[in-house]
Order: sequence, then structure tokens, then C-alpha cells
Amino acid sequence: MSQIVDETADRPAGEQARASWRFLKGHLREYGILFALIAIMAFFQVATGGILLKPVNLTNLVLQNSYIVIMAVGMLLVIVAGHIDLSVGSVLGFIGALAAVMIVNWDVPYPVAAVVCLAAGAVIGMAQGFWIAYFRIPSFIVTLAGMLVFKGLTLWLLAGQSVGPFPPQFQLISSGFLPDLFAMEGFNLMSFLIGLAVAVGLTLLALRNRAAQAKTGAPEEPFAFFAAKTAIVFIGITWMSWLMADFRGLPNVFIVMALLIAIYSFVTSRTTTGRRIYAIGGNEKAAMLSGINAKRLTFLTFANMGMLAALAGLVFAARLNTATPKAGATFELDVIAAVFIGGASMAGGVGTVVGAVIGAFIMGVMNNGMSILGIGIDYQQVIKGLVLLAAVIFDVMNKKKG
Amino acid sequence: MLLSIRSLSKAFPGTKALDAVDFDLEAGEVHALLGENGAGKSTLIKCLTGAYRRDAGEIWLDGAQISPESTSQAQDLGIGTVYQEVNLLPNLTVAQNLTFGREPRRFGMIDGRAQTRMAEEMLRGYGLEIDVSRDLGFYSVAVQQVVAIARAVALSGKVLILDEPTASLDAAEVRMLFDVVRGLRDKGLGIVFVSHFLDQVFEICDRLTVLRNGRKITTERVAELNRLQLIEHMLGRELEDVTEHGAAKGSGDDQAQSRAEILHFEKIGRPGLVEPFDLSVREGEVIGLAGLLGSGRTESAELLFGVRSPATGSARDAEGAVAHGTPREAIRSGFGFAPEDRKTDGIIADLSVRENIILALQARRGWTRPIPRAEQNRLAQKYIDRLDIRTSDAEKAIGDLSGGNQQKVVLARWLAMNPRFLILDEPTRGIDVGAHAEILRLIRELTEAGMSVLVISSEFDELVAASDRIIVLRDRRHVRELTGSEVAADEIVRAIAGRPAEPATTMEATR
Repeated sequence: MSQIVDETADRPAGEQARASWRFLKGHLREYGILFALIAIMAFFQVATGGILLKPVNLTNLVLQNSYIVIMAVGMLLVIVAGHIDLSVGSVLGFIGALAAVMIVNWDVPYPVAAVVCLAAGAVIGMAQGFWIAYFRIPSFIVTLAGMLVFKGLTLWLLAGQSVGPFPPQFQLISSGFLPDLFAMEGFNLMSFLIGLAVAVGLTLLALRNRAAQAKTGAPEEPFAFFAAKTAIVFIGITWMSWLMADFRGLPNVFIVMALLIAIYSFVTSRTTTGRRIYAIGGNEKAAMLSGINAKRLTFLTFANMGMLAALAGLVFAARLNTATPKAGATFELDVIAAVFIGGASMAGGVGTVVGAVIGAFIMGVMNNGMSILGIGIDYQQVIKGLVLLAAVIFDVMNKKKG
Repeated sequence: MLLSIRSLSKAFPGTKALDAVDFDLEAGEVHALLGENGAGKSTLIKCLTGAYRRDAGEIWLDGAQISPESTSQAQDLGIGTVYQEVNLLPNLTVAQNLTFGREPRRFGMIDGRAQTRMAEEMLRGYGLEIDVSRDLGFYSVAVQQVVAIARAVALSGKVLILDEPTASLDAAEVRMLFDVVRGLRDKGLGIVFVSHFLDQVFEICDRLTVLRNGRKITTERVAELNRLQLIEHMLGRELEDVTEHGAAKGSGDDQAQSRAEILHFEKIGRPGLVEPFDLSVREGEVIGLAGLLGSGRTESAELLFGVRSPATGSARDAEGAVAHGTPREAIRSGFGFAPEDRKTDGIIADLSVRENIILALQARRGWTRPIPRAEQNRLAQKYIDRLDIRTSDAEKAIGDLSGGNQQKVVLARWLAMNPRFLILDEPTRGIDVGAHAEILRLIRELTEAGMSVLVISSEFDELVAASDRIIVLRDRRHVRELTGSEVAADEIVRAIAGRPAEPATTMEATR
């Protein structure tokens, strides 16, 4: 790493410190959310006497929050585009019911059922996006209607009963773990190696970006920050995968989730489609004057949300091993909260996938930690509500100052 | 003297909005306040109504010095205001609107019947036969306007400020409003009338005051002033001053005529926006669009680019019909449009300079053919260098740049497209003098490369310097086309001043 030419590393210490402080003040939001997650995890790790990061609990944490994270990724796009989707919880429940009816009652092979379910989710998203994009019906209203409609359809589909259980292969979506090719006793080496490889890959990518920046001009981020951030990410991923490898390895859902995060991060930051979503959310009129088809893009954003809600529905149904009429109730609130905690703006045009995911895990860790501590569900709700409010207040104040 | 303002000054960071302005209003007169954008009209009004605190100067009302600190205080003192956009509540009834804040009560509850009576009482004498128990939003803007006036008069009763009250009214409604205004004047109110429609000023006002660049230029009796003098005051020029351009242009005339026509628009128009007009665009020429504020300049551009779809008309080029009904179609037909208000229509503040530059180009290519990052960087850097955009790097959010630099980025967005027909609405507004000249030079360069440019500007000198020919608009009509030696600021002024009553003879009379 030392061969990277870095101007900011050569400055005298005092100046570096000052530059770091300035930078930190300017970028409080980006780092704040990551630090908040680390701080919250550290707090609960101490408060729970080390239970939080026990391999079994960590794995559980991932499984518990997987469907929220999956939907938060889609919701981020919706919110960045300047809209909202209140129907995702109901759609999740409906798709779970659809999967159960198809697989359990009609004996449809589960891969076929899964594909049909994803397609159904996309169609649901399109049906809502159609009114929002082409008829300018407020998304709040359309998806509020969708929320009621699909809650009702879930009840109808299940005839008010729980349907299950699913075949074991289907359950593997949620309860399966990555098989270990090395077959070590008590330690999933394969999982650890994958984790390590991802950590190394991310570090190399960060270094390459930094080098590219250094070529075109001095990087804005002080070297100390860059190093610290990269180190935290590297150590964090390596450590987490070590912990999970120590239990049963990486859960299948985790792989799905990681892929989604990677793909959507790339889509939102690097592809034309992704950047256009930011453009229409930031200034729809300017985007339209530049020839961007804002309507179609809004439509597709909702179609995508529907598909991800369907995926989450499958994951959730597989995890519970049954489809219940109550599944998915109020999930939309958790998802939306995660996106806003993650720094997205209600007005649209601002927000990142990684932020939304971290936001989801902040909520998840708090749920998990408070449950371990035996805090009642009453206080849990209050605390979560206050955290959401605090995060958004922090955001707004931060923006005003800048 | 009912109201008198003495050497009022108000500064904002970077600009002196009002510089020692005097203004007098007598009881029983309608006094027009005129000036182009940025002249200081709205600042003056806001100082009067307490929305702004003045930096220096005195305001005397009825012989007592006042300094209103809020609109409600100004109202209590006797100064009421009615804005172009009615600022009443359309979801409440007329009666509720009229009595809002001072509802008659009985046993602590609002007395509905007394409220209705009170409202009807307030509306008496305005010649308005309306049901005060209906929602205000049910009635036309003109009626709402009168209701707003009735409320303001009842609350204040000495000075009434009408800020562009007629901007969204049709001719019959204007007449109705003017009857109301005359009635109030005869009752002894002092009325300040702000409007861009000069005909209306001549029709209803007794005196007028012209502001320019924050200074008072003159106060005159309307009867003693003609239209041409007024426009000269507003634009700040003596006709003798501007003769040199005309001669210089003459030589280029033949050349302009011989250029090939690349686009022809026929009868483009939309009721209430701009009356149908024809426009022929020749290769490599600059067409100027001149007119006062509100004359339909921007609206013409928006029709050409499909921001608002034209109700009538068609466009064709050498190969046949050209679609321009929506911005996407217009862009595909090779048009570009840098809008007037870059903040609301141009920039996407949270995205970087680079992304703002490639936005339209990428949109035209479609998402299946992304512009490679290296190419994006190259394009961004090219325009940052070429237009001298002051930014630390291309990845900076455009919202952090100064106004002039934001404007250059919007310009770069369209230059990157290399359109055949580029529309620039006020390309130099809010830009410093150096950048001004640069942009004019850039327009020249573009046309030399074959691009055709339509420029809208309030700066007539700038239009004259840049344009091969100029189309003059007045009251939402294209009234005259200036070519060759006619391309001169005084000709523009004359065309604008031409009497609308005899449009057929205007062309001949002013030649």
C-alpha cells in the first residue's frame, strides 16, 4: 500500500489534522451513519455481555433483517425518485401466500413457483407505477390503496388460514448455509475465505479509486480518513465472516443480500439508469427538459420495487416455513425508516444504497439488542421512533449548516 | 400627500436593490410603478408592506413616519396589498376569506349569519353578484382578485398596492377589475399599480414612476408622456445613442438571406400563451427574440421546444415534418434549450458538474449505450476548460457553484449535444461582465460551425450585437421582424412601442 503516491500523506501533521477536521465536518453525514452503526453495535455488545456478536446471534441478526434489507434497496430507488411505496409489506405477505398456495396446495415445483412469484411482484409494481408515472396520482395514495388491496387479497388467497409447511428445498432459501467444500469440523472455511476475498477485493477497489483520483487531482479525502475507513471495512468484513464461519457459515440469504447490495450500489452510482433516477428525483423538470423519459423511469422504479418485495416475500415465507395472513404487516414502516435513517431525503434526489442498508441494520441491531436485554416491546417502539426522528433531525441540521 | 417615501435604500449581499429611492402617492390617484426585472419594484413594495426592513430612508403615511415590521402591521397602518397569485384560501368560502381573522362571534362561536352579512357588506359597491357562502376557488381568478381587493381595502383603507393583478386575466376581466380600481380611486384611496402591460398603464394610471437598477429614473404624469419615452426610461437609453450597430450589420445582410433554410415553423401557437407565429431558421444564423417582460418571449421558446405543446402549427425541414411536441421529440429533432430559470428548470443541484453536463447527451443515446466514464471525464473537462467553468473539479455538486458557472454548465450540456437549433433563454442573466462577452463570442463560434441559435434577452444591446435578425414581441404577439440595417436597439424600442390599436400600420409607420 505504501507505493501509492499520496500528496495528502506528505503534509505536516498539524495541517493534516486541520484538513481532517474540515473534511469530517463536511462529510459528517456519510461517515456518521457508519459510525452510528458501529457505536450502536459496540453499545449492545457491552450491554448484552457479548451476546450480540456471538456467531449464532450474528447469523440470526442477518436472517432476521434480510427481507427488510432487500426491500430497503428497492425503496431507496423509489424514495430517491421522489416517491414512496407503502404497499411493500402487503405485497410481501401476498407473494408469500401466493407461493404457499402454489407450492403446498397445487404442488407446483418450487423453482417455477418462485419465478412466477417474482414476476407477479413486478406486475404488481407496474400496476401501481402506471398510475403514479403516467397519471401523476400521488404515490402515497396509490400505494396506500395497494397496501389495503393486497392485505385483502392475502386473506382471500389463504382463506384466512396459515398455509404450510414448505418443502425442505424451498426452506433452504432462508435457512440454508453455504456448503463447505473443505469439510472442516466446526468451521466453515469456505465461508470465511469468501468473506476474506470480498474484504480484499473491496480494499483493492478502494485503493484503485484513490490512485485514479490522485492522478486527476489531489483527493479531497485526507489520507488518514481513507486509511481508517478502508481498514474498518476490511477488518469488519473479515471479522464478521470469521464469526459466521464459526457457526454454520454464510447463510444463503446473506449471499443473495450481498449480491443485491453490490448490484444496486453499482446501478445507482455508475449506470445511466441509476443516475437518471437521481436526476428526476433532484429536479424532474430539468431532467425532462434534457430529454429524460421520467415517466418510464418512475414506472420501472416501482416495477423493480414490486419484484424486490416479492423476493422478500419468498425469503420471509421460507423463513417462517408457512404463509400467514398477518405476514408483512407494518414492514413498510421499517423499510421506509431504514432508508431515511440511511440519509435519503424526503424530497428525492439524495440517498445511497449502502446508507439504506446500514440504516436497516441500525434498526435490526437495536431490535435484536433490546430483545436480548429484555426491554419490553413498548419501550422498543418508543426508542426506535426517537432514533428515526433524531437521524432525520441530524440530517436536516447538517444540511442547513453546510 | 398620502404616502411619501424619502431616499429609501435596501441592499442585499452583492447588490444594491434600492438606492435612495423617492416615491410619492396622493390620495385618489392610481400610480404605476414600472421597471424591468431587477429594477427594484418588488423590493420597494416589500419594504412598504413590511416584508423587508429598509436599510435607510423614511416612509411617511398621512404625515406620520412609519416603519412597518410585518405585513399585518402594514395592514393595520392602512397599507394593503393584492398579489398576482391571489393569496387567499380557495378552500374556504368567500365569506370566510373576507372575514378571516376577525370573524363575528356569538357565545364564543363563529356567527355564520353575521359573517355572511359582513361579507356581503364588504363586497357592496364592487358590482359583484356572487354567493359569499360558496368556496372562493369556485370563482374565476378575476372574481378572486376583486375579493382580495375588497378584503385589503376593508382591512387597510388608505393605500392599496396591486402587484401585477392583471397578469392572468382576459380582456373582459381586466375591464371589470379596472372599474373596481377606478371606483376605489374616486373614493380617495391611493393605489400603486405594478404591471408589465403598458397599455393598461396608459389606460388606468394617473402618474407613473420608473425604476431602473434600484434607482428612481423619473415620475411623470401619464397624460404628458408617450409610449416611446416611457420605454426609453424603462430600458435606459437615448435613441441617438444607438446607431452604430445598424450600419455594421448592413453588409452581412445579403449573406444572411442566401443561407439555406434548415427549419421552418408555421403557425405555432397556443391560446392564452402566444398567438400563432411563423419562424424560419437558416443555417448558422442567430435569431434574437426581443420584447418586454411578459410579452411572450419565453413562451415562444417553450412552444418551439415542446415544453408546452403547441395547439396549432407544424414544423418541417428539408426532409419533411419535424416532431417537437415534447422535449424528447425536440431533442431527437436536433433542438436544444437552455431555460431562463436555471435553478428550477436547468440544474440538478445534487448531481456533479460532470453528470449535469452529460445529462442530455446520455438521454439521447439511451441507457443501452452508456457514455464510458473516460469519455464523460473528457467531455466534462473539455467544457470546463472551454467555457472557463470555475469549479475545483468535475465531481463537485453543481449546487455549490456560483450562478454564472451553473449557467455555463447548463450551456455545456447542450453544446455537448451539438444541436442544429439551440434556444438560449436569457443566457447571460446573472453572469458577470467578463463571462457575458465570452458567451456572446461562443455563440458566434457556434454559428460559424453551422449551428443556428435563437437568443432571448432583455438586454437589447446584447441582442443587437449577437443577432442576424430580431423578432420583436408585444403582448404575446410576434409583431415585427428586424433584418439587416434594422437590427438596432432603437428599432426594437420603436417596434415595442408601436400602438397595438393599429397593428397593420405599425410596420409602415415606424420605418
